[in-house]
Amino acid sequence: MNVYLLIDFGSTYTKLTAVDADKEEILATAKDITTVEEDIMIGFKKAFEKLKLCLEEKNIKFDEINFIKKIACSSAAGGLKMYAIGLVPELTADAAKKAALGAGARVMKTYSYELNRHEIEEIKNSNADILLLAGGTDGGNKKCIIHNAKLIADVKISIPVLLAGNKSANDEIIEIFEEANIDYIVTENVMPKLNKINEKPTREAIRNIFMTKIVEAKGMKNAEDFISGILMPTPAAVLKAAEVLAIGSDDEEGLGNLMVIDIGGATTDIHSLAEGDPTNAGVIPKGLEEPFAKRTVEGDLGMRYSALSLLEAAGTKKIRKYLNDDHKEIDVKAHCNHRHENIMMVPKTPEEIFFDEAMAGAATKIAMKRHCGWLESVFTPMGVMYYQHGKDLLDVKYIIGTGGVLVHSKNPKNILKAGEFDKEQPVHLMPRSPNYLIDSTYILSSMGLLAGENPDMAVRIMKKYLEKVN
Amino acid sequence: MKNGKTIVIGVIGSDCHAVGNKIIDHVLTEQGFNVINVGVICPQEDFINAAVETNADAIIVSSLYGHGELDCQGFKDKCNEAGLQDIKLYVGGNIVVGKQEWSEVNQRFLDMGFDRVYKPGTSIEITAEDIKKDLGMTE
Repeated sequence: MNVYLLIDFGSTYTKLTAVDADKEEILATAKDITTVEEDIMIGFKKAFEKLKLCLEEKNIKFDEINFIKKIACSSAAGGLKMYAIGLVPELTADAAKKAALGAGARVMKTYSYELNRHEIEEIKNSNADILLLAGGTDGGNKKCIIHNAKLIADVKISIPVLLAGNKSANDEIIEIFEEANIDYIVTENVMPKLNKINEKPTREAIRNIFMTKIVEAKGMKNAEDFISGILMPTPAAVLKAAEVLAIGSDDEEGLGNLMVIDIGGATTDIHSLAEGDPTNAGVIPKGLEEPFAKRTVEGDLGMRYSALSLLEAAGTKKIRKYLNDDHKEIDVKAHCNHRHENIMMVPKTPEEIFFDEAMAGAATKIAMKRHCGWLESVFTPMGVMYYQHGKDLLDVKYIIGTGGVLVHSKNPKNILKAGEFDKEQPVHLMPRSPNYLIDSTYILSSMGLLAGENPDMAVRIMKKYLEKVN
Repeated sequence: MKNGKTIVIGVIGSDCHAVGNKIIDHVLTEQGFNVINVGVICPQEDFINAAVETNADAIIVSSLYGHGELDCQGFKDKCNEAGLQDIKLYVGGNIVVGKQEWSEVNQRFLDMGFDRVYKPGTSIEITAEDIKKDLGMTE
């Protein structure tokens, strides 16, 4: 029996998924606590034993299994932490940030213009894994990126520096880095022409650095004795799965424009796979174009660790609306506080579930508003025209919900529809009438890994296992 | 044949006249300039940000609908703030409302910080020659 073993070394749990490559079915899943501090393989082996038991219970002889490939993604040891540096905040700095997010990184901070001593010391003293240096269009501004490169060399930054700026400055920067023994990698400019984003080479370069250097730096290299490799950060695997499901593969049709809403304990992540061109006449796209595969991470919107910051972002009134609590009978603050203090809490009573789902609705609405594009009206002598900032996602066909609160909900559509177009705030270009799918078997990150091996199979399995909700 | 100079062009404010902008783009490109066209309905920031990222040598602001003077208020200051103290600034089109004494209009815009101000109907070729002179490109 040919089997793919797909592994996610998560921040809390190491999760294993065994996929029958012939029947294209999920054979079994298992998980155990991630043990990155001591030895990543301790947690892995425990999960692997559980997987064996699971398979035996299904009368599958373990000896008959041929693991064609064992591949992993990871968000352990704090995930992939990056700092991004660009020139103009709305242009190359933003392009750099978006490229890093698309690579599955946690962008700790984005800097603009020429850095000062305090800022470079901040970067040096941080626990970042990779530094992304951009600035200037090709043939454009060189002064800023060279200044920043000199600072990086001065303070002898010890982490890998990915150079993704004005190509005309590369020679001088390489000389500066060589002399100071800086570990650097060069890739294409993340914004080679004004407003044109070129994030794919940067995403790929980040993935490479992750595989070849970061995995080892986080003490996870010994995993490669047993598995082929830890190929990418977990969020990159999720984005990859969504991308391949939207576009399709060589022999499989994709679903078309889609989004993923992932509500977790600490963050709410939104992915959109769509060009986002205006769907109405009289609309002019403004500013830096956004990537087809766009990922945003709202670090203040989460169900446990970020419960209090979610309350602050949403406001008590909004949470009460989702609770239908007109008479103010529920102590919203206390409930949020309880979740913040008990991050492992699993809701048991109907009231606890109901409150969780109200929080999830609020998180969905805010995260979607922040991710989706919006219109700004301009009064011209020809009448009203509109600037469009970001992507027009009105016609997105599918939204995939993932994360505990959605997967365990009896009515996830109720939560997810908070992310739909709201005619009372029509400037926000959120999906009008999408179909909803739930990742009830938590396969997205596994399928992102499988897409690298066999994209046709990954698309087929996702179409089979993502559950349609009415 | 590229001449190595970069010019940012665009139509400022809430003005959506696009045809002239395309003509300017075409002519300047033919003459070898690297043209960065920020398009129509552009706030001052669009011109500035583009000039910073592309290390532009000059900015040509076009205005056709009559409100140019208002839209250009503070432009030179913004350039200075952004480190573009030495960039050449040009403005043209139908930059004021109604028929006014040209020498007064010209002076008002020069006082705002523009290097050259162009009357309605000026052909872009004339501006191109002025730019070449100002950037030390002619023999």
